[in-house]
Amino acid sequence: MGHKTLILGIETSCDDTAASVVGNGRDVLSNVVSSQESFHQRFGGIVPEIASRRHLEVINPVIDEALAKAGVTFADLDGIAVTYGPGLVGSLLVGVSAAKALSFSLDLPLVAVNHLEGHIYANFLTGATIAFPLICLIVSGGHTSLLHVKGHGQLEVLGRTRDDAAGEVFDKIARALGLGFPGGPVIDQLAQQGEGEKFSFPRALMGTEGKLDFSFSGVKTAVLNRIRREKEQGKPLPLNDLCAAFQDAVVDALVEKSARAVEYLQPRQFLLAGGVAANGELRKRLRFRLAPLEVEVIYPPLEYCTDNAAMIAAAGYYYLRQGSLASYDLNAEPGLDLENP
Amino acid sequence: MLKLTSTSEDQTREIGRSIGALARQGTVIALNGELGAGKTVLAKGIAQGLGVQEDVISPSYVLMNIYPGHLNLYHFDFYRLENEEELLELGLEEYFYGDGVVVVEWAEKFSGILPAKRLEIEMKKSPEDPDSSRDLYVQLQGSLRLFSLKELEKRCCF
Repeated sequence: MGHKTLILGIETSCDDTAASVVGNGRDVLSNVVSSQESFHQRFGGIVPEIASRRHLEVINPVIDEALAKAGVTFADLDGIAVTYGPGLVGSLLVGVSAAKALSFSLDLPLVAVNHLEGHIYANFLTGATIAFPLICLIVSGGHTSLLHVKGHGQLEVLGRTRDDAAGEVFDKIARALGLGFPGGPVIDQLAQQGEGEKFSFPRALMGTEGKLDFSFSGVKTAVLNRIRREKEQGKPLPLNDLCAAFQDAVVDALVEKSARAVEYLQPRQFLLAGGVAANGELRKRLRFRLAPLEVEVIYPPLEYCTDNAAMIAAAGYYYLRQGSLASYDLNAEPGLDLENP
Repeated sequence: MLKLTSTSEDQTREIGRSIGALARQGTVIALNGELGAGKTVLAKGIAQGLGVQEDVISPSYVLMNIYPGHLNLYHFDFYRLENEEELLELGLEEYFYGDGVVVVEWAEKFSGILPAKRLEIEMKKSPEDPDSSRDLYVQLQGSLRLFSLKELEKRCCF
């Protein structure tokens, strides 16, 4: 067995503290996230959602656990990859500082990864081979972006949301319907038993004037208006039908804009990424719509759809191979854009 | 207190533009109203009034966005925050007394943390036409002298 290139990935850009050891950019040896059950118990109850101090408290245990679960020590590593933006500055700094310290003390190369770009690499954690140029749709709570990826680190934003992110409207509608958090899985589930045709919600920016951008605040408001009117009539809410019609509207827009991008650029691969990539209806409809377009459609494994450090380690592996290293003056960049060089 | 009525998203944005144009360095705008009331639409207008070129998007998840303009816009959202401790971690005070204009959506969740001098805006769905019309109640808190409600009223006669 030849030596695998082992990268330790560190991710603290938002709510969770995460660390992971990945071999050759695809073999996940460990994937530790602080919101996991074991950490809740050990650190006394629920980890507060947003707290850089919390990141600080758990970063070392999370890294230790990632190494232990992978069955390796610091001496086995070949590089450190870390998310440096976008995100909250206090949270990002915890990860960036830890990564710099490890890189310096262990004399290992340091790689800086854009969190959003990291999501793309979740797709390669099952052994799929990257074939540029490709198109990637990133859909999560905070982001909805359609990207043209020409190579490692060579990205062009084709379209993005002009208001709410897709995952955000799922959560907000779920809360309005009293379905709890997170909203995606439960809406997906209820929608399967509903009839989307019962209600008609708007699909925004579907004309050419909207290019490949998205807008979801209109559908959010339309669904909220409908909920209000149903409640005014004093009848029980037709939950399943509302969920189905709402999900149809969001998924339609995502699928249609994706198909347009594929038709226009004719990439070899189409990748889905981000938390909403777990949505069953989105996966089904995308595959159906893109099937005639001769593009390989790849979905990330469910456990790597949400924020994690394995995807950061995977991205780090490719950066390391092409020699794109960060220096010790690396800083957290909260407003990091995708098209930054 | 000034009451403005908007009958469309475009008008809400127009009101926002006027607010942005009248805002001065250090103006803090607390924005309240239920889901779908149009807070982000108003924020988009405020951004335009400040000369921000970028599209303003909802900060619910990321909690905070920064947009460069004639004056920088610091756009916060308390929607997802559960306790004040989380909020303190964000280091908001820096921005409240900083070089730009601050807009805080869902501000009432933690109004105690906001500067006493601020512009309060409450957005409500108009009872006559809750689908598309919105009533905006604008008031100055803590004898804020930086902002003229009279001037805003003059600019917002549709």
